[in-house]
Amino acid sequence: MMYNMEKTEVIIKIEKLHKQFGTNVVLNGFDLELHKGENLVVMGKSGSGKSVMIKCIIGLEDYQGGSIKVADKEISELDRKELDELRTDIGFLFQGSALYDSMSVRENLEFPLRRHPKKIGKLDDTTPLVLEALESVGLAHAIDLMPNELSGGMKRRIALARTLILKPTIILYDEPTTGLDPITSKEIILLMQSIQQKYNTSSIIITHDVDCAKAIANRMILLIDGKNYAEGTFESLQAATDPKIKAFFK
Amino acid sequence: MKKYFENLIEAVQNFLIELGEITYFAGRFFKEFLVPPYELQELLRQCFYIGYRSLFLVGTTGFIIGLVFTLQSRPTLEEFGAASWIPSMVSVSIVREIGPIITALICAGKIGSGIGAELGSMRVTEQIDAMEVSGTNPFKYLVITRILATTLMLPLLVIFGDFLAIYGSYLVESMKENVSFQLYFNQVFSILKFSDIVPATIKTFFFGFAIGLIGCYKGYYCKKGTVGVGKAANAAVVYTSMLLFVIDFIAVFVTNIFYDV
Repeated sequence: MMYNMEKTEVIIKIEKLHKQFGTNVVLNGFDLELHKGENLVVMGKSGSGKSVMIKCIIGLEDYQGGSIKVADKEISELDRKELDELRTDIGFLFQGSALYDSMSVRENLEFPLRRHPKKIGKLDDTTPLVLEALESVGLAHAIDLMPNELSGGMKRRIALARTLILKPTIILYDEPTTGLDPITSKEIILLMQSIQQKYNTSSIIITHDVDCAKAIANRMILLIDGKNYAEGTFESLQAATDPKIKAFFK
Repeated sequence: MKKYFENLIEAVQNFLIELGEITYFAGRFFKEFLVPPYELQELLRQCFYIGYRSLFLVGTTGFIIGLVFTLQSRPTLEEFGAASWIPSMVSVSIVREIGPIITALICAGKIGSGIGAELGSMRVTEQIDAMEVSGTNPFKYLVITRILATTLMLPLLVIFGDFLAIYGSYLVESMKENVSFQLYFNQVFSILKFSDIVPATIKTFFFGFAIGLIGCYKGYYCKKGTVGVGKAANAAVVYTSMLLFVIDFIAVFVTNIFYDV
């Protein structure tokens, strides 16, 4: 996938990120730069701290050292109000979809919308916005269903629609294809590509799925021992001879 | 012996840590509940779920307690020729003690465990995190609304339960002695004093607060996994029940100081 990152601005910059739980060091000097319009894939073994890293970006986890800047704002220095405002510009797709199970699909999508009317500018009738987001994931017909009536793939799509409803410029995907069958995984990957083209979003994608990485990555980072072990395009990393890198592509 | 002593120290430490965390949680409630934005719609929804949906259980329990209480105490009072005191005895004991504590214990089981399980499940399925990343304060939306709803609804549930308990007592009396409704309730209200009603009502606000607080605390900080959700629901009931008796003791103690009853 061709992408010229030198010409675009950096919108997320992580420097020497350090995060530990008790004595267990998860991230130790991790660096990352996300450029505007870029799809950056982060791969690593289970428990290597990938999900923790994106949770630090959105302020769900504190970190003990280093710096995370989103749109030039240091995350750890923001107060609650500033952080909430910044969060409206960042979408987050959870591994388990995290739909509110006491609310219908419509209410799930309206939830962020009703809390941030300024972001959209009109709120008399939210239905067109909800339908637009649902149509972009191909599930407009599911508007009045409850989450327990949806399949795993549908839940993931609805979660993606909820992520899109506030028109974020950055999307963080936490293992978007995990737990899905190959066909549904492919549909989600295609959806992610179409969203990127339609909304010109910048994304960090945490995944184990090599097919997903191959299809979507402009650039990849391999996270090993809490640090960036290797960085480059999918093709360059796939061609590497280092056994630790090769292990990811087997 | 040494190991037993170490375990005891650890248990005391854990208890104190948890007590500190619950106090901090309560402090956060008082710090945030007056600060906008207010989640009024969610508060009303919770009042409906907590209040309206508990009416049947609270009402049935209250009614049966009134029936049983009168049936059990009547023979003894009759022996002493004091059967005419039944309305007074029932009303004072129901309004001052039995009504509030029984209703609160029932609500701890129904509402407290429900809140613990609901929030716990939301925690482990990352729904609370999803709320947070959508720029909504989940503490305000989930915790403050539930604690306020239990605090506001419990006094109403207790009044409802008290009324049905006294009504149950009246039914027994009307069957045994053919007492009229008006006469029975006249006797009930003639014996009740300000010092019976007001402190008993005030303490129900504290009962409601305790039920909401512990249920929310246990659910909000639920450990990962389905086991965590079960433990949160269970701990919510156990901790709340213990706390209710502590609050009740303090309330009676304070009432005695002020009213010399």
